[in-house]
Amino acid sequence: MGMTLTEKILARASGRSHVVPGENIWVNADLLMTHDVCGPGTIGVFKREFGADAKVWDPEKVVLIPDHYIFTSDARANRNLDILREFAKEQGIKYFYDITDLTNFKANPDYKGVCHIALAQEGHTRPGEVLFGTDSHTCNAGAFGEFATGIGNTDAAFVMGTGKLLLKVPATMRFTFVGEMPPYLLAKDLILQVIGDIGVAGATYRALEIDGETITAMTMEERMTLCNMAIEAGGKNGIIPPDETTFAYVRERTDKPFDPLYPDKDASYYCHKIYDVSKLEPLVAKPHSPDNRATVREVEGTPIDRVYIGSCTGGKTEDFIHAAQLLKGQKVKVPTYLVPATQKVYDDLFTQKIDGMTLAEIFTAAGCIEPAAPSCAACLGGPKDTFGRMNQAEVCVSTTNRNFPGRMGSKEAQIYLASPFTAAASAITGKITDPREFF
Amino acid sequence: MPKTIRGPVFVVDDNIDTDQIIPAEYLTLVPSNPEEYEKLGSYALIGLPDRYGKFVEPGQTKTKYPIVIAGENFGCGSSREHAPIALGASGVEAVVAQSYARIFFRNCAATGELYPWECETRIYPEFNTGDIATIDFDQNLLINETTGKTYPLRPLGEIRPVIEAGGLFAYARQTGMIPNRA
Repeated sequence: MGMTLTEKILARASGRSHVVPGENIWVNADLLMTHDVCGPGTIGVFKREFGADAKVWDPEKVVLIPDHYIFTSDARANRNLDILREFAKEQGIKYFYDITDLTNFKANPDYKGVCHIALAQEGHTRPGEVLFGTDSHTCNAGAFGEFATGIGNTDAAFVMGTGKLLLKVPATMRFTFVGEMPPYLLAKDLILQVIGDIGVAGATYRALEIDGETITAMTMEERMTLCNMAIEAGGKNGIIPPDETTFAYVRERTDKPFDPLYPDKDASYYCHKIYDVSKLEPLVAKPHSPDNRATVREVEGTPIDRVYIGSCTGGKTEDFIHAAQLLKGQKVKVPTYLVPATQKVYDDLFTQKIDGMTLAEIFTAAGCIEPAAPSCAACLGGPKDTFGRMNQAEVCVSTTNRNFPGRMGSKEAQIYLASPFTAAASAITGKITDPREFF
Repeated sequence: MPKTIRGPVFVVDDNIDTDQIIPAEYLTLVPSNPEEYEKLGSYALIGLPDRYGKFVEPGQTKTKYPIVIAGENFGCGSSREHAPIALGASGVEAVVAQSYARIFFRNCAATGELYPWECETRIYPEFNTGDIATIDFDQNLLINETTGKTYPLRPLGEIRPVIEAGGLFAYARQTGMIPNRA
């Protein structure tokens, strides 16, 4: 019997010709990513267990990306950056995207920003590979046709020392999208649809394989939005079969060879759902759960206090282009926070143009708050002085990924997760608004 | 080797995510640092809505509840190992939930911080915070001594010895999977 894409990658990475769901196998890692929040703890376990003089299994395969708590006066957060730096030096880590001048991120050419987007932009996400990361949104990289999943510090320390991890092969749920995307829909609407259908535990212990003609026509950044939120359904990984769009993106960013894999035609799936995107609508996830789905029209008119556009899920260049398309020539009615995921995205805001205006000019003219330094920022609350953090019982429309109580700071804050179109439309009116109003 | 865990329970409902177990503002604490490990314990479940009451009293580092009773999908959200560690550091010995998020469950075993028991049915509505309960490891039972009701638990299986050993690395050494440290 054939194998799904996840099964094929795990079979190859474990030196087997065939694997089936439920099997426990030792998988060889191609890459381990960690950041400033889980890196110091991972390093602590690594040293405790492998010894003070231990060396990582491959200094070219451990990638360190500070991104969570960077622009803060929090002493422990600052210390955690120092721990990463010292470790990178000691171990000869090839890919460490350091930041030393916290007052001006632009003075740090190596600093990238949000790890999942930085991994993609720096060519670390490659078809057919196995990526482990100490962050649940590591599943973002499944957009490149690789197996990518989030792990804890202890597991990461084990990978750091051995290059391997014991995994259970997940059963695969298949989601096929057909039809042409209506102009007012974005990948965020599609994944909110799926999460709303199967629930926040609907894919626990399973892989989500996403395909179909709609996906084939999608850019890599939109594909990332889909895979990024696989974890919001409890999934082990999200994955999209690679194609020419994937290869073009990867080859532009790395010379490293890769060997793509594809699902077998006779693969066995746990379930198969087919969506006709022409029938879908702009969606939100209401407080306080990513599966608390409503159509935007159902909650239209709900007053809001702010809009937040940022994070690994909704802070990529195209997310800002989509927001700018609606904000052009308009004025926002509520404070609108813009947090580019990475330095590259930040630069794009000042170079990418719509009808002769840069995105930054469009945002300024619309009255948005000046784009912040790239990082995870308020997506997950963070230290009290984090840019855009929800410190009060306010209502926010956000392009981020989670809205559990307290996710963006205050437990009393209410977060509506939405696409960049819906976020921008809502910023213009000061209440939740269907983007179709502006098409 | 504990055969039973007994004490007052703390009751929560479905989808308690990692931000409620340990909010992101405390993630600057590095769990492998012993002092910061203790601090993480003092913040366990501080992100819960206020209606649940205090899990750790202000000024304390430990909870009086060694058992947490929960609904479905406990520990969903982030991969932060700080979550089972905060609970373990606060003095929680076991969670009994209807189901777990995958990474949280795995992190419980990897760290050896606590036993993630699963119950067959939706039990949390039948418990009140402060009820005295016993988990019987040999019978795979949860007994609510306050109400007198008994609930079957799914056997822990292969993760029990891993947690008893103190986590993944300790188990791997104990069983000869990896060499002992010199």
